[in-house]
Amino acid sequence: MSCIEVSLKSRLGEFELDVAFEAPARGVTALFGRSGSGKTSVLRAVAGLARPQQGKVTVNGTVWQDQKRFLPAHQRPLGYVFQEASLFPHLSVRGNLEYGWRRVPKADRLIKFDSVVELMGMGPLMQRATHRLSGGERQRVAIARALLTSPRLLLMDEPLSGLDHSAKRAILPYLESLHDEFAIPSLYVSHDPNEVAHLADRMVILEQGEVLATGPAGDLLTRLDLPMAIFDDAAATLVGTVSAHDHSFHLTWISMHGGRVAVAREDLPVGRHARVRIQARDVSLSLKAHSDTSIINILPAKVVDTQEINPTQMIVRLELLDGQTLLSRITRRSGIGLGLHEGMHLYAQVKSVALIG
Amino acid sequence: MEIDWQPVWLTLKLAATTTLVLLLVGTPLAWWLARSHTRWKEVVGSLVALPLVLPPTVLGFYLLLMLGPNGPIGELTQSLGLGTLPFTFPGLVIGSVIYSLPFVVQPIRNAFEAMGERPMEVAATLRASPLTRFFGVAIPLARPGFVTGSVLGFAHTIGEFGVVLMIGGSIPGETKVLSVAIYDHVESLEWEQAHWLAGGMLLFSFIVVFSMFLLEKRLRRSGT
Repeated sequence: MSCIEVSLKSRLGEFELDVAFEAPARGVTALFGRSGSGKTSVLRAVAGLARPQQGKVTVNGTVWQDQKRFLPAHQRPLGYVFQEASLFPHLSVRGNLEYGWRRVPKADRLIKFDSVVELMGMGPLMQRATHRLSGGERQRVAIARALLTSPRLLLMDEPLSGLDHSAKRAILPYLESLHDEFAIPSLYVSHDPNEVAHLADRMVILEQGEVLATGPAGDLLTRLDLPMAIFDDAAATLVGTVSAHDHSFHLTWISMHGGRVAVAREDLPVGRHARVRIQARDVSLSLKAHSDTSIINILPAKVVDTQEINPTQMIVRLELLDGQTLLSRITRRSGIGLGLHEGMHLYAQVKSVALIG
Repeated sequence: MEIDWQPVWLTLKLAATTTLVLLLVGTPLAWWLARSHTRWKEVVGSLVALPLVLPPTVLGFYLLLMLGPNGPIGELTQSLGLGTLPFTFPGLVIGSVIYSLPFVVQPIRNAFEAMGERPMEVAATLRASPLTRFFGVAIPLARPGFVTGSVLGFAHTIGEFGVVLMIGGSIPGETKVLSVAIYDHVESLEWEQAHWLAGGMLLFSFIVVFSMFLLEKRLRRSGT
């Protein structure tokens, strides 16, 4: 199977990096962790910008680095998006986009210049000087610039972290479409679980220079033995299909096996895949399916695991009928009152659902 | 009264040649000083900066010994059939290059340091080889440093006196530059000629410094 294999050992003063992981040759793999966990160090080593004392990096069967070889960064067919856009100030937007593109032999150009320009909405920006761009525009140029080298691997180091909330929201769809449009595997560094849920298929969790866990993002984000599930904004992602629109109440129903949830009306075709994000704090539990409640999203579920967060609150991991996972944050008092135990069947009442794509 | 233009042209020729040589030699040196991590770096940096504090006559004295017929460099040039360098135009260029070195290297080094590693890393991930990124990214981004360095190097060479006097003497058309000419005029009590040349220098120096400030301001505003 073609994939990305990384193993690195490096020591920099007090900080020791010792990681090994594999990522599939398709989709987005998030490198997730707190600041100082070594995410960026890993990314830089994969790019060849830093040289770890020991390392092996193989991408689709090509060795970029091992004990004997070290391919310098400019000879690795990768794209790198830095945390700050880092555009060349002496070049226009077009000049920036062409900088890498020009250097790729014609035969290796798998991505058309015009299609990237269109996809990333570069058209109106092309002739502008880079200091006349907004933060979000700059980052879009940086992403387009990296894409135009037709990379075999796209590395992104928290490309959204420097942007304000609205710029982030504006750029996310571009990142998502990139995922659908070009089959380029990506390593995406992030410390934001919501971003990871939006963009990543798999994740590698790093802590103090070591790999804590790897696996499907949806699974790891909701596992109770990992730190994300007890975060304040812990949430689960559900995949379903758009099943109906409710015109009178302005809702769109998204169904999955065993239940359905409603989001505010969205103009989506019936039958389309949809992903929704449900915060743990918006899910309450009940032994019966109540109809005398304001909550319209009620899903039958089974308790898989429970974990205390603090003396007051606990988190419950639930499995829906189709095997998807949901998190619920309730008070410990309620948990004991309900007599929660593993394998118990009950109903999850979901107060709020966000459509994420 | 007749103004002898020869020293003026000779001075401009010397300053232009020196600046050109300094850009060629100083740029790699400035890059190394900005990027190297060795402990030797500051030793070399101090040597480069030495002409800032060293009396020019001291510098000229040692150059005279080194380049002279019994000095190591003098012996080398003689064995190559080039004769000796003191009291020739090329000798003057060598002296001026050393004398003006810090004025060119320091601004360029500062510009390279201010740029940081990032632009070069970005260029590397965009497939640019080390040489391509040096010429295509580092040099354009350090442009203000090059402008300042060239102007200072040029102007400083025009004003030099001590080094020239030690290794150049006052051979018309070969080593008799402006400052020496002014000195000679004063020595022979030709006050009027001295006035013209000195006043010209004053005006020229002001124009150089003033236009450099304007240029720097404009470069900074255009964001590079």
